[in-house]
Amino acid sequence: MPLVKDQTLTEDCYRHLTDSDALPETGGFSVSLQRWLDEREHLLTHAGPLGVRLKAEHEVSVFAEDLPKLALIVLELDKFTDGRSFTQAWYLRRRYGFNGEIRAVGDYLPDQVFYLKRTGVNAFAFDNAAQAPLILAKLNEFSVHYQTSAA
Amino acid sequence: MYRYNTLDQTLVNERVAQFREQTARFLNGELSEDQFRPLRLMNGLYIQTHAPMLRVAGPYGLFSSRQLRKLAHIARTYDKNYCHFTTRQNIQFNWPKLEQVPDILAELAEVEMHAMQTSGNCMRNTTTDALAGVAVDEIEDPRPYCEIIRQWTILHPEFAYLPRKFKIAVSGTEQDRAATQLHDIGLHLVKNESGEIGFRVLVGGGLGRTPIIGQVIREFLPKQELLAYLEAIVRIYNLYGRRDNKYKARIKILVKEIGLAAFKEKVEQEWQLSREPLLLSDERIAEIKRYFAPPAYEASAADDQTLVAKLAENQAFATWYQHNTVAHQKAGYRAVFVSLKHPTAPPGDITDRQLDVLADLTDQYSFGEIRSNHRQNLMLADVRQSDLFALWQALRHIELATPNIGTVSDIICCPGLDFCSLANAGSIGVVRELNEALDDLDYQYDLGDIKINISGCMNGCAHQSVGHIGILGVDKKGEEWYQITLGGSSENQAAIGQRLGPAVSRDQITDTILDILDVYLNIREPDEPFLATVNRAGLEPFKEKIYATC
Repeated sequence: MPLVKDQTLTEDCYRHLTDSDALPETGGFSVSLQRWLDEREHLLTHAGPLGVRLKAEHEVSVFAEDLPKLALIVLELDKFTDGRSFTQAWYLRRRYGFNGEIRAVGDYLPDQVFYLKRTGVNAFAFDNAAQAPLILAKLNEFSVHYQTSAA
Repeated sequence: MYRYNTLDQTLVNERVAQFREQTARFLNGELSEDQFRPLRLMNGLYIQTHAPMLRVAGPYGLFSSRQLRKLAHIARTYDKNYCHFTTRQNIQFNWPKLEQVPDILAELAEVEMHAMQTSGNCMRNTTTDALAGVAVDEIEDPRPYCEIIRQWTILHPEFAYLPRKFKIAVSGTEQDRAATQLHDIGLHLVKNESGEIGFRVLVGGGLGRTPIIGQVIREFLPKQELLAYLEAIVRIYNLYGRRDNKYKARIKILVKEIGLAAFKEKVEQEWQLSREPLLLSDERIAEIKRYFAPPAYEASAADDQTLVAKLAENQAFATWYQHNTVAHQKAGYRAVFVSLKHPTAPPGDITDRQLDVLADLTDQYSFGEIRSNHRQNLMLADVRQSDLFALWQALRHIELATPNIGTVSDIICCPGLDFCSLANAGSIGVVRELNEALDDLDYQYDLGDIKINISGCMNGCAHQSVGHIGILGVDKKGEEWYQITLGGSSENQAAIGQRLGPAVSRDQITDTILDILDVYLNIREPDEPFLATVNRAGLEPFKEKIYATC
């Protein structure tokens, strides 16, 4: 899956495990929040970078103390009109000071990446490689803004 | 008034470019209708019965003469020579072409206007009292705070996809003329015991299908904390507002379901954790206040002797003066209502020709500024009393001097079935018929303060549930019927009107309203206004007359 990270087109180097997938020996991977909460101690023995995937309805506070041990938080947007993910990103960056990768996946529009970037998302996964130029352009759609930014 | 700096202008210009690009992608199929919908709504663009409708922002109802001329130009060039002022101090164009909307937005940007966030599930245009800055009962001018809120809401990255729309109103006076108790957040400028001015904060009010009066969440908020507290409320709403049912998605339902105490606890906790970066410095407040400094009033205005003479010699002028002008903070000045309730025009509508003339009058008589209010009228707020006669004559010439402010024919009305795709029934036609039946101005003056609000559907754009007499259009098997409520109010003693009884048919509605007015005239006590009579006597006397079986 193509990925724009820190305004650059790149490839995803993580594996995204289901709740029943065996853990890989090496390399980075992400798990669902539930799996993280269930298998936290075991997962922490893994040497490579770890990620957790959040749905819009999840509370960041339930695993906030683990954030220093994580390299990636994936925000899974099921519906582009559901704005809770924007607040999740804001909490991760501003409230909890997370400085790893925050990645948006799922149903979002290129027209939303500027706002997502400003709330703290710095990586955008998408299906269609042809969309990369549009996403890159829209990350800088505005040169000015009013509010303070989490980016 | 506020003037754009480079940042404001750049942002608006870039927004126009963005919407032009989005419209092009929609027209060539790259964006689906479902994807384009929230994007266009956040630029004020609806797809309506006959054509798109474009809603342009009137920031807290304040316009310059230059902006009026631009609205006239847009009405002439892109629409059918008129536009419509709404209850939220905005302007609607009913007939633009989708392909031309980016051009209209570019025209608006030339005069520091835009259509951002006039619709959609985001923070909307902040509204206030049209008398802001000149009201005699003012605690402090609310406009600088409205502008501070405007800047904070515009393109707020976190709150563009809320569960539902979100509206903020600010009142700076004892008398609430901004319907603040019926907004998602209402702010009242108040003075505390130690003489500091801050805000009483209300939350969870709203109209529409489930009208609810807002509750006080904080009795006193220091003004430096304004944005910090607003941000905490909206963040809690964004996280916990319902997203499973659009009719239960407003903040009023969240506050009702979890209770004010639990809601407040979440908000105050959020506020404490996030407030610091959002604190307003006194310098920042002072900087914005400078834009709203009083105009160059003439001290000699108070010496005028001509007004008294004109009032004595011209009864029509005296009548207009009595009903359409309001006391001003400054001696020798009056605030003047420009009535958009001429009996032959739909409420709130104004033509390009009227706008152009009004722009000239605004320059000539009121320092080049004009306001809109939530009852769909306009106001020239700073008129020398010696100019009133000439202004009246000029307004009369363009049919904007109907002396009916605050009377039964000063009706709030939505576009209804004639334009709106949501409507179940017509509203403009009902108003026209009512106006014909109420054509005797002396009868109107005898009736006194009666606010009739009529909406063509339960979304309630015309605030029918807080009309002294509320009329709600409903659909019954393809026919237009009207549900009547009595006793609503959006003022200090805010109240939701009570249902009178079964809906009445289109051909009965005017007679029914006339019957209600008759009952009032028969049962009122001396000097008792309509609302007081309804509150004292209840609905029974009205029901007996309306639903009496013969």
